[in-house]
Amino acid sequence: MSGRLMALWDWIDARMPSLAQEYRKHLAEYYAPKNFNFWYYFGSLAMLVLAIQIVTGIFLTMHYKPDANLAFGSVEYIMRDVPGGWIIRYIHSTGASAFFLVVYLHMFRGLIYGSYRQPRELIWIFGMLIYLCLMGEAFMGYLLPWGQMSYWGAQVIVNLFGTIPFIGPDLALWIRGDYVVSDATLNRFFAMHVIALPLALLGLVVVHLLALHDVGSNNPDGIEIKKNKDPKTGHPVDGIPFHPYYTVKDIVGAVVFLAVFCSVLFFAPELGGYFLEYNNFIPADPLKTPTHIAPLWYFTPFYTILRAVPPLFNSQFPGVLAMGLSTMILFFLPWLDRGTVKSIRYRGTLYKSWLAAFVIVFLLLGYLGTEPTTVWGQFGFDAFFLDTREIATWAGRVCTVIYFLFFFLMPWYTARDAARPVPERVTP
Amino acid sequence: MSDSEKIDNTRRNLIVATSVVGGAASAGAAIPFVASWWPSERVKAAGAPVEVDIARLEPGEMKVIEWRGKPVWVVRRTKEMLDSLKAVARLTDPGSKDSEQPEYAKNDHRARKAEFMVMEGVCTHLGCSPQLKGAEAKAEMGGDWSGGFYCACHGSKFDYAGRVFKGAPAPLNLPVPPHAYLSETTILIGEDKKGA
Amino acid sequence: MKILFLALLFVPALATVGVLPAVASEAGYRLDRSPHDPNDLVSLQSGARVFVNYCLNCHGAQFMRFNRLVEIGLSESQIRDNLMFPVEKVGETMKVALGTKDGKEWFGVPPPDLSVIARSRGADWLYTYLRTFYRDPKTVSGWNNAVFANAAMPHALWTLQGERALEVLQVKSPAGHVAAEYRWSQVSPGALNAVQYDAAVRDLVNFLVYVGEPAGQSRKRIGVVVLFVLGVLFVFAYALKKAYWKDIH
Repeated sequence: MSGRLMALWDWIDARMPSLAQEYRKHLAEYYAPKNFNFWYYFGSLAMLVLAIQIVTGIFLTMHYKPDANLAFGSVEYIMRDVPGGWIIRYIHSTGASAFFLVVYLHMFRGLIYGSYRQPRELIWIFGMLIYLCLMGEAFMGYLLPWGQMSYWGAQVIVNLFGTIPFIGPDLALWIRGDYVVSDATLNRFFAMHVIALPLALLGLVVVHLLALHDVGSNNPDGIEIKKNKDPKTGHPVDGIPFHPYYTVKDIVGAVVFLAVFCSVLFFAPELGGYFLEYNNFIPADPLKTPTHIAPLWYFTPFYTILRAVPPLFNSQFPGVLAMGLSTMILFFLPWLDRGTVKSIRYRGTLYKSWLAAFVIVFLLLGYLGTEPTTVWGQFGFDAFFLDTREIATWAGRVCTVIYFLFFFLMPWYTARDAARPVPERVTP
Repeated sequence: MSDSEKIDNTRRNLIVATSVVGGAASAGAAIPFVASWWPSERVKAAGAPVEVDIARLEPGEMKVIEWRGKPVWVVRRTKEMLDSLKAVARLTDPGSKDSEQPEYAKNDHRARKAEFMVMEGVCTHLGCSPQLKGAEAKAEMGGDWSGGFYCACHGSKFDYAGRVFKGAPAPLNLPVPPHAYLSETTILIGEDKKGA
Repeated sequence: MKILFLALLFVPALATVGVLPAVASEAGYRLDRSPHDPNDLVSLQSGARVFVNYCLNCHGAQFMRFNRLVEIGLSESQIRDNLMFPVEKVGETMKVALGTKDGKEWFGVPPPDLSVIARSRGADWLYTYLRTFYRDPKTVSGWNNAVFANAAMPHALWTLQGERALEVLQVKSPAGHVAAEYRWSQVSPGALNAVQYDAAVRDLVNFLVYVGEPAGQSRKRIGVVVLFVLGVLFVFAYALKKAYWKDIH
């Protein structure tokens, strides 16, 4: 660094020493375990996607019109008439799916290495709040293009709130601000999507990171590196400074991620209807429901759970409750897990089998949610004792039960699991 | 040279290389965002050249056309109006050296054809639109007024070729937009290549 | 683990390439694969002519600007002289002459805007739909369609294709499955023979796909450059990471 720059830095440092302190605390002297593997890229990638979504979102609002008569046209205006507009829009639409992909993988990492366990429960809870916020962000953002799927998706989801006993119908009316999803709904969803939820999201990311940097990162071995410090330096012997080691590593991860991201963005922005649904290229029509309404892929596991629960006392509410519970139960993960070890590396067969079942079931639920309920046809006999003859609905029900058993039985099978001994030091 | 210094050199070179390529990539990524602020195709279509029919324009009459959201005046100048242009001593920039006009309008009457004045009606001071004041408005404009344009915002005066009077707050003559004659009776405003 | 994971990533990619046809025909008529080629400018231009002559009377493409057609190799004067009404400006969008209200009265539903029809329906659907109209005395318009049963639109291209009749037979295969068999017959000839008509529809579909996403071709070109740059960046970033991680054991 040249003398002049050094002088400028000293000048700033004298007036704002917290800048250097924070840099040391969060980067240069934040000691992270040295054995981070592939799964540890997704935290920084989620931040990257958040930044991408914020920047592209800001530029999209410069051309988008949150008006039921103009919204659909303004998106096409962005796609055609605004210079570079189609790139910005595709980045944002691909980014939405990428965000969920990265966050799901990030959560899965937490699951397999026990990153939610004591003393990291708060990090997990903040992370879950980020995830909920993200779901709201995605749901409200999806209304904005004002296509058929935007419209009917919003209609269906808002009506889910309408099934809540007693307050439901009024609550749904209050959310919409109209008797159907309309211009009023579009306007408030726009405000929530572009300012309220992003602010909440940013705040939550900050506390998520603060909490993480207070207790330190977990690692694939699930052991506490802070317990084994070098007496001379006072730093963990298995820790390395985040900067430069993990910054250079995360840059590689970011480049690889961007390559995958751009492959979708430039060569298959619709990704076969999974990232941009075909029916959403039809302008919203309140009088005509599309024959097959499916949410975007990141909501489909929960959507299948909703569809799997049969109505009780002529109410869809049990299904809604089950869907709500299926996400909320993740909050309790730190207290459901009674295992003696954190990482999957030292867990026994019992836990591993349950986890494998959970992964398969989650993917199946996701797949079933994208398809009509008749995807696998019907039973060949008259199943009078069932209220449906569709095989897929029954598969969905079985998967739903397994999904919940994974959590409900967790205290039991994690405690009984035959764990292997955990090493003193981290392993590569 | 010791081993550690060698490593440092490799690292430094790689930092430079990665930063350069990464910086170039970021600059490339910024292109669509910067580009999105330029006029869109819709704006360009709305700002496309405008055709004006001057067949029924009486001598001395003015027609106001909107081009790119700005008023454009077409005045069919009478002989008296053209004669009034000879009084150049009162003007700030009589030869229109510093003012904005196409090459073919850089003459005494500031037009392709002397008879038809084509002018952007936007004052070069702060962007108000001046008004037409005929020679008869002497009472209001002063005894030596021989007709032209008057900007009510800050009192700038212009003659029938949009040239600004000395002492007015406006620094330059009114701009002449690119224009061309598609036929004897049609002027195209906003483009000068066709039919010139 | 990594390899398994990467393999999983490619599943949706494969799905998009067309292993799983995401847009299926509602009536169960098997869709033909559209042979359109977005790089074929001659086909795009001829599609533009068919579109303007046969579609634009009732359907608009309100988000598509005429002057954008220079991208498919037409000059502004060609666009003005061959494709537009003289009063319009070349920067205008392809608005429809017919009002929404008239359309509703004539066809029961207003004819949809076609700007993004290829994105909602898919090229294969359009290509099949436009070739499977048949005479049906039971409908109001006298026309019906094998892909889109009881379509409100009469056969707009019938002067080209001529009139055809369709007979649907339920045929039992040797294995015992019942399947519908479609038997087409020509009632009266059109201006084009079957091969020429298919080519005309291919051109039209090609044009509609282009109109659906005019930036579609430049998107792929830019994508190649972007991926190349990221590839170069990867080489340096990876080497940098290796240079630092050398001392971590």
